[in-house]
Formats: sequence, C-alpha cells, structure tokens
Amino acid sequence: MAATPTPIELERPEADEITALDAPWITLVWNDPVNLMSYVSYVFRSYFGYAQAQADKLMLQVHHDGKAVVSTGSREEMERDVEAMHGYGLWATLQKADV
Amino acid sequence: MKRFRSRRRGGAYAQFDQHEARLIANMAAQVAELVRDGSPTSVGSADPLEALVGIDGSAEAPEDPVLKRLLPDAYRDAEDDAAEFRRFTEHGLREGKVRNAQAVIASLTAGGMAEDDLAAVSAPDVEIDVDLDAEGVQSWLRCLTDIRLSLATRLGITEDDQERWDALADDDPAVMMHDIYDWLGFVQETLVLAVS
Repeated sequence: MAATPTPIELERPEADEITALDAPWITLVWNDPVNLMSYVSYVFRSYFGYAQAQADKLMLQVHHDGKAVVSTGSREEMERDVEAMHGYGLWATLQKADV
Repeated sequence: MKRFRSRRRGGAYAQFDQHEARLIANMAAQVAELVRDGSPTSVGSADPLEALVGIDGSAEAPEDPVLKRLLPDAYRDAEDDAAEFRRFTEHGLREGKVRNAQAVIASLTAGGMAEDDLAAVSAPDVEIDVDLDAEGVQSWLRCLTDIRLSLATRLGITEDDQERWDALADDDPAVMMHDIYDWLGFVQETLVLAVS
C-alpha cells in the first residue's frame, strides 16, 4: 500500500529559467525572390493570427533583412509552425533561440 | 482574366478563358506529378507500423532543385535534425501539394474547362467560371505558390532581375515562361487581395 505522500515545498524557479525552458526555440522565415509581399503578410495573419500591422512588419523584415523570427516556443511547436510554413510555400527553418 | 473578386464567407470568384484555364491546369498537373513521382520509389521503411502511421518518408533531401525548394530543410546546419524532420513530415507535405493541385484542376473543370488543348482551341470564347469557397481559396493560393516557385527555380529568377528578361529576344522560350510566371503572380495577387 502506498503511503500518503508528504506535501513538500518546491523551490520556485527564477523567472528567466522559466523563459529558457518555455521558449528556447524560434521559427525563422527567409526571404525568397518569388513569394509576393501581400501573400507573405496574408500567411502571417491567417496562420499566426497576427494583426495586419504586425504581419506587415514581419513581412518587411523578411524582405529587407533577409529573415525574421515569426514565432517562439517549444521545439515541437516550432516544428509545427515550420511544417505549416512549408505547406504555404514559405521558406522556414527552426533553431534554438540565441542565448 | 480579370481580377479575383471576393465572395462571402472567405470565398472568391474569377473568370478565365480556355487558354488561361488550360495553362493553369497543365502547370498544376506538372507540379503534382513532380511532387508525387519524386517520392522515394523504394519506400523508406519496411516497418509496417511506421508505414501505418505515415512515417514512410525519405530522410534524404531531394536532389532536384525544384523539389528541394518545394520541400526545404527545416534545420540549417543540422543534417541529422533535418533528416529526422523530413522523415516525419515530407510525406504529408507532398500529399498536401498534390491535393491542392487536384483541387485547382477540379475547380477549373467544374467551371467548364475544355478537356484537352485541342478542344480548348475549338471553343476559345467559352469563359471558365472559377467559384471558390474558403478551402478552394487555400488550395489555389498554395498551388499558385508551388507553380511559381517551380518556374522561378527552373528560370533562375532572382530579386530585381527584370533587366535580364528585358534583354532577351521576345521569342526566347525563357521569356515566354517568364511572362507566364508574371501572369501567375498577378492572378495570385488579386486572389490574396480578394480574401484580405
């Protein structure tokens, strides 16, 4: 028979430890010469649910800087996002966020 | 073709002539064929359980530059991770692209597209009505993207390269392909705007 577990105090993790555990991965979308600016912004709005202004900002960042971080989260979440981006025909990769 | 117009509940509508409809259908069929036939013939895994859950994709990146662009690596500078990701996702990605192409062809057929190019020539004035619901819009947007990515890769299109195309003779086959590429961009742009 299992003994009644004794309640124990767990040490509270520091805030930045939580961040490090929760969001250590990013999805990057890379610039390509083919995809229309209007379409890229549309994809960011319809898949990520970003407002027009945010979607346009990310799209322009891809266009001018060659890439942009479009989402942040767990590795599994980022793999889902990258797979979805490939479904839309956007060139996306995931990687660990720079520490 | 005039621009796509929006329909209620996320749909869109446009008219194409026979030539335009056949062109889009042919390009969609080519993409579908490439994506389907490019599948590994020796199915990656002999494990029936893996095949059952759809993990029968190849871990190898395709060699054809068009397929490489349509099915890109998910990881840079991490070959093992990229291969593992591909093994689990590429099969589904290919299937989705084939389905989108089939949906595009089906919507053109439903709109009255001629069955072959010969029939299209004999009935050039027939307008093809393409009436898309929200799902149809998704298939069109994605398939037009796949067609344009394929053409651009074959043509070697780069950013701001208009001068290169202007310098070629009008009857150069590459110019004709480039005109088709531009036109498909116009079609897609009007569709994006119609549903935005």
